[in-house]
Amino acid sequence: MPSAREINRRIKSVTNTQQITKAMKMVSSVRLRRAQERALATAPYTEKMEGMLRRLSAVSPDSGNPLFQSRDDVKKTCYIIIGADKGLAGAFNANINKTMVSVLKDKPRSASVLFVSGRKPAEYLKHLRITPDEKWSGFSDKPQLINAQEIAHLATQKFLDGEVDEVYVIYTHFKTALSQEAKIVKMLPISQEEQAGDQGPREEYLFAPDASQVLDSLLPQYLDLFIYNSLLQSAASELGARMTAMTSATDNAGELIEKLTVTYNKVRQAGITNELTEIVSGANALK
Amino acid sequence: MAEAGKTLHLEVITPDAAVLHEDVDFILVRALDGDLGIMPNHAPLIASLSIWPLCYDKGGSRGCVTVAGGFLEVHGNTVTVITPASEKPEDIDLERAIESEKRAEALLAKHAADLDETRAQASLQRALRRIDVARKYGKQ
Repeated sequence: MPSAREINRRIKSVTNTQQITKAMKMVSSVRLRRAQERALATAPYTEKMEGMLRRLSAVSPDSGNPLFQSRDDVKKTCYIIIGADKGLAGAFNANINKTMVSVLKDKPRSASVLFVSGRKPAEYLKHLRITPDEKWSGFSDKPQLINAQEIAHLATQKFLDGEVDEVYVIYTHFKTALSQEAKIVKMLPISQEEQAGDQGPREEYLFAPDASQVLDSLLPQYLDLFIYNSLLQSAASELGARMTAMTSATDNAGELIEKLTVTYNKVRQAGITNELTEIVSGANALK
Repeated sequence: MAEAGKTLHLEVITPDAAVLHEDVDFILVRALDGDLGIMPNHAPLIASLSIWPLCYDKGGSRGCVTVAGGFLEVHGNTVTVITPASEKPEDIDLERAIESEKRAEALLAKHAADLDETRAQASLQRALRRIDVARKYGKQ
């Protein structure tokens, strides 16, 4: 049995830890709310842009835009991995790393180009002795459109230059604060059938300057938005995962403190009983 | 002027927020191939926009917002503009705009080999248009 003083020291240290996790929980829940709002705020923009893309695709089904063309022989694939800069977010980073490894392990290193956003996945790759081709960090929990534009621009460039034949994004989809899911989605080539979709009766649209030109300028912006959405989802997921992790850490600390307090009281009581017995037996011996 | 029910509903949406939500009488934008005026009951239209202010008339007075490229869709009497960035005159930070104008100009003047000319030009355009709008329609 540890001494009462030792237990007391442990209680103090666990209380300190609890205070920290509680503060982190509150910080991440506030930021989660903001991140969620931002993720929601892009919804109308995304919706409108996809609507326009559908209409344009319907008008010019074979526009010949290289971003639509899928290549039969996929030699090189680009993966854009979106993770977090910081840890202490439960299984968030582990899930992204696991998904990343699952796609990379069957392929030779030369068959993939890796773009990594976030410090954590980059560190994990370093541990595996893989050097990513591009990496970004510093915005994992508060991405800006300009970050997305930079990533999308580079990936599109590589695709158009023929350096890579497909581009995938690995990110965490935000369902609720409690559940997130690591996902792999194809970014390029854009599948036109999916976009053309079934629209029912269509209205005749005018285009300025003309449909194919509008499409050519719309597509890069669509890709920017695609990455931006993934970044926002990932940011909300990171904060959600961190909040959940910190909530359970705080709860666990509370339980531990309770248990320790019980043990502390027991030890203290035992000590008192012990002393009492000693006093009584000492007094008896004097009689 | 405008009869009842004969107005356009104008929405300007950026990835982060809806900048404008208003019923207006007339809209003037610059598409890639020239200026475009839109009045109520316009035919359905999709246009790519240049970096140029969007102006609208509402009850006899004129308002303006900056639009950094993007697209415009007319459907029914609703006009939706989606653009990567848009600002109302009162939200423009004039000093920052002047600064970014200088930066873009310096960049273009250097003629560096690795300069992304289109991007620098676009950034210069954005800065100039923001200055225009802020000077003309912002608080005096």
